[in-house]
Amino acid sequence: MRMVWLATIVAALATAQAETEDDKGTFGFGRTPTEAEIKALDIDVMADGTGLPDGEGTVAKGEELYYQLCASCHGVTGTEGPNDVLVGREPREGFPFATTTGLSRTIGNYWPYATTLYDYTYRAMPFDEPGSLTPDQVYSLVAFLLHKNEIIAEDVIIDKNSLPEVVMPARDRFVHDNRVGGPELR
Amino acid sequence: MSKGKISRRALLAGTAAAVSAASAKILPAQESGTKDPTKVQGGPAKEVGERSRFEKPKRTYFSPTRQASNTPLQDLEGIITPADLHFERHHAGIPEIDPESYSLLIHGMVERPRMFTLADLKRFPAEAVTRFLECSGNGFRTYRNPEANKEETPQQVEGLTSTSEWIGVPLKTLFKEVGVLPEAKWFLAEAMDAAVMTRSIPVEKGWDDAMIAYGQNGEAIRPEQGYPARLFLPGFEGSSNVKWIRRIELADKPFMTREETSKYTDPLPGGKARQFSFVMDVKSIITYPAYPVTLTEKGFREIKGIAWSGRGKIVRVDISTDGGESWNKATLQEPVISKCHTRFRFAWDFNGAQATLMSRATDETGQTQPTHVELKKLRGPGTSYHYNHIRAWTVRQDGSIVFGENA
Ligand code: HEC
Repeated sequence: MRMVWLATIVAALATAQAETEDDKGTFGFGRTPTEAEIKALDIDVMADGTGLPDGEGTVAKGEELYYQLCASCHGVTGTEGPNDVLVGREPREGFPFATTTGLSRTIGNYWPYATTLYDYTYRAMPFDEPGSLTPDQVYSLVAFLLHKNEIIAEDVIIDKNSLPEVVMPARDRFVHDNRVGGPELR
Repeated sequence: MSKGKISRRALLAGTAAAVSAASAKILPAQESGTKDPTKVQGGPAKEVGERSRFEKPKRTYFSPTRQASNTPLQDLEGIITPADLHFERHHAGIPEIDPESYSLLIHGMVERPRMFTLADLKRFPAEAVTRFLECSGNGFRTYRNPEANKEETPQQVEGLTSTSEWIGVPLKTLFKEVGVLPEAKWFLAEAMDAAVMTRSIPVEKGWDDAMIAYGQNGEAIRPEQGYPARLFLPGFEGSSNVKWIRRIELADKPFMTREETSKYTDPLPGGKARQFSFVMDVKSIITYPAYPVTLTEKGFREIKGIAWSGRGKIVRVDISTDGGESWNKATLQEPVISKCHTRFRFAWDFNGAQATLMSRATDETGQTQPTHVELKKLRGPGTSYHYNHIRAWTVRQDGSIVFGENA
C-alpha cells in the first residue's frame, strides 16, 4: 500500500515537473495554428513591401472610389475635413512642425512610407465600414492619394512592386528616440 | 472680558451658537432625505455595490465622437484608479469581444507559432504589478496655450493617466513558449477593434517587463481597457499598450504603422521628428487645492497630488508656493512603486495672499521635470506628445484658483 502511494507521489511530481519545465522550458499550452489561420490574420505591410498582396490600382479608379467612399469625411479635395486632412505638401521647405503650430500633418508633408498608407487604409478605412475594401481598391485609393499629394504621376500603376519604391517627401525626417532619463533633458 | 473668566452670559450665548451650528449641520441631511441612521435599519446586501449617492466622480465626457475620457484625479484618494474611472482612449470605439472565441496568435520570427485561448493564457504562471498608464498626449492643451485654459480641473489638465493593479502572464513566458528567434528585434502588437490598431515594440521590452494582462484591480479587465486581454508595457506611452490584442508578430525591424509615423511621433526643432518615443518622462500634478475649489477661509491646507515616471521610482517631489522662487520637499506617501502613481503631501498655510502652487518631481534616474519655458525651448511650441513640464495653480487673494502661473 505504502509503495503504491509513493509511486503515485513520484508520478505526480514528475507530471508537475513536465508541466512547468520540460526540456525547452515550455508549458505546451495553446496549439499550433494552421497556415490558413495565420494568413487570415497576417494583414500587415512593412516598409519594404513585405505583406503586400497581389493586385494593382490606378489613380483614375482611386479617384472614383475616393468620391464614393471617402470624400464625405475627408473632403472632396482631401484638405477640408471634417476628419483628418489627407492632402497637402505645404510647407515645402524644411519640416517646421515643432517650431510652428497649426500645421496639418498630411501624407504629403509628414508620412515617411507609402506602404503605411496601404496598411492603414486596408485595416481601418473607410471608418464607417472598416475592413470592406479589396486589395485592388486599396491600391487605387493609395495611387489617387499619392497623386493628389504630388508624389506620383497620374499614369503610375500601384502594386506590390511599385509601392515600396515610392519615396515619400518626409522619408528622412524621422530619428529614433534618444531620451535616456538622467539629469540631461532631451 | 477678563482672562480665564467666562461670564455666564457668554457661556449661554456660546452654547446657543453651538446648538444652532449643530442643527444647521443636521438640517441639510434631513433635507436630502436621509434619516438618523441609528434609528432605522440600513439597506440590504447587494450583488454588486455602488458608490454612496453623495459621491459622483465621473470621467470627462466630451462628445459622442471624441474617443477619449479623463480620470477625475481631484476626486481620488491613494494610488489606485477605480477601473470604471480609468481614462479611455480608443481609435475606433470599444469592441465587444466574447472571451470564449478570443485567441492570441504569436508568429513570425519564432520557432513554434502558437495560438492561445484566454483559458490558455490564464494557465501560465501569473504576475501582478501596480503601474500607471498614461496617454502620451496628456497635457496637450495646457502645453500649447496655458493662458487659454485657466478654468480647468486636474482632470481636464492631466486626466489621461490612471493607475491599476494589472494581472496577467509575463510576455517573456510566452516568448519562451514560442521560441522567439535571436534575429527578432521588434514585435507588432495588433488589436481586434475596428481600427485593428497596431504598434511596433522593441523585443527587449518583451523580455523585460511586458505582460499580456487579463486582470485589472481584482477583476477582469474592463472593455474600455482591452477586455479580455491587452498588452501592458510598464512606463510606455498608452497607445503602445495595445488593447484587445489578437496577434503578435516577431520581426527584425519595426513595421512603420500609421500610429508610429503619422501619429505618436514628436517633431523637434531642427527639422526632425522623434519616433518610437515610448517612455513617459517624470511628471506630477497637484490635485488639491486646484480649480474649481475655492479656499473660503485662511489657514492650514494639505497640498496633495500625484507624481510618476515611466523610468522607475519617484525619489522626490518639491513644492513651491511662490511660483518657483523657492522649493520645499513634500512627503511621499507609501507605497512608492516603480512606474506607478506616487502620492505626495505638503503642509501649507493659506494666508490670504496670492500664491502660485507648483510641484516638481524627480525620478530615480535623476531626471527632474523641466519648466514650461525650458521644455518649449527644447522641443518647440508645435511639438506633440510627452508634455512633462511643471504645472502650476494660482490661488487668488479671494481663495479662488485657476490653472497656470498667472491669476
Ligand atoms: C465616416 C468617416 C470616414 C470615412 C468615410 C473615411 N474616413 Fe478616413 N478617417 C476617418 C477618421 C475619423 C480618421 C482618424 C482615425 C483615428 O485617428 O484613429 C481617419 C483617418 C484616415 C487616414 C489617416 C490620416 C492620418 O493623417 O493619419 C487615412 C489615410 C484615411 N482616413 C483614408 C481614408 C480613405 C482612403 C477612405 C475611403 C476609402 C476613408 N478614409 C474614409 C474618417 C473617415
